[in-house]
Amino acid sequence: MSKRLVATAIVLGVLVFSPLTRAQTTEKRESGKNIHRDGWDRIVPNPPADQQAGPAPVRDITGIWEPTPGYRDGVFATGPRNYPSDTKPEHELPFTPLGLKTWKEHKPGFGTTAVPIAENNDPFDICDPIGFPRLELFNLRAIQVFQTKGQVAIIYQNDQVWRNIWMDGRELPKEILEPRWYGYSVGKWTDDYTFVAETVGLDERTWIDNVGRPHSDELKVTETWHRVNHDIMEFTMTIEDPKMYTKPWSPLTKFRMRLQPEWFDIREMICSASEAQDYNKTVAEEAVAEKNAQKKAQPSK
Amino acid sequence: MKSGLIKGFLAAAAFLSISVSLFAHHGNAAYDSRSVTVKGVVTAWEWKNPHTFLKFDAKDEQGNVTHWLGEWNAPSTLINFGITAKSFKAGEEVTVTMNGMSKTGQPVGRVTKVILPDGQELSMGSER
Repeated sequence: MSKRLVATAIVLGVLVFSPLTRAQTTEKRESGKNIHRDGWDRIVPNPPADQQAGPAPVRDITGIWEPTPGYRDGVFATGPRNYPSDTKPEHELPFTPLGLKTWKEHKPGFGTTAVPIAENNDPFDICDPIGFPRLELFNLRAIQVFQTKGQVAIIYQNDQVWRNIWMDGRELPKEILEPRWYGYSVGKWTDDYTFVAETVGLDERTWIDNVGRPHSDELKVTETWHRVNHDIMEFTMTIEDPKMYTKPWSPLTKFRMRLQPEWFDIREMICSASEAQDYNKTVAEEAVAEKNAQKKAQPSK
Repeated sequence: MKSGLIKGFLAAAAFLSISVSLFAHHGNAAYDSRSVTVKGVVTAWEWKNPHTFLKFDAKDEQGNVTHWLGEWNAPSTLINFGITAKSFKAGEEVTVTMNGMSKTGQPVGRVTKVILPDGQELSMGSER
């Protein structure tokens, strides 16, 4: 009898946790609850809290990954997790005088230097390419990693872009003839579970993050992708830019990503220029009205 | 006591982390912290990036119409909370709660909850 019960429980358990069953799960659309759905509107399962992840495969970070425990944990609207733009002294970046001056020239929508939208000069607000590393420091959502013998390629939900990280033995370019929005990247395995990528040659028009931290043509970004086990990968980034910062700093340390089911469809997330224009116009009109109201309220000198 | 404190801290941290994710990447400097609930008739539901807009008209006792503009989160966020491109139809009477009103005094706010004619409530719960 007890054996039969155990067998039934096992069968039920397999059915409940099977990716196929879960992919087909239909649940009444209920508002007020955060029920995560993929791009095909299928419910993405939360792993059971007591689930023991298996060992990580060797030299393999392929698959679809999302921030965890919350799939929105990589939004970082006010700056990356280690250095949000606030008034805490420990979050002050080691700016050079040029770095500080350039940061103050940037007018973001968030953080201690936020301005109203009409005064904002964020290049991404008009749908310029988000660029690297902002791609991973603002709205880090789902990514899909592919590996071949010669490269690791990552496709990003964020702005629907991809990067190629070469690992065919080439070195980073010594001289950058053409800066790129997403730079030039090379990578290597430093052990069986850790992939390290370096990127240079980044277009100076891009911001490092959503609060306008600047970079120069000397920016070098190091990414460390460490697979902890089968399900979890930890992501660390280091910024080096001697023109803008007196020492290297790490915007993210061991930021966790979780492997998603193979059927997970990455949602479209594209900056549409016409929609952005519409949005800015609608909201900017408000901001202009605000400015005029403030002017009226100020007594004339 | 200790676990209560930890729970309180975690709850506060969770609230902070979700509240700052609101309305990325455009700023939220244009809104204050006032909360308003308005009954009106939907004129448009704009399911667009970077954020959605619910437009609705409200009539006062004298019959004067105010054109309201409610800004809500991005489609890719709302979809996880049961709110879709088909959630609102022009002509429907809705009750809209907005937390954060335009500093200009214009009828513009950040939507947090909408009640449909059949009483169904659409919201992101405690998240922002």
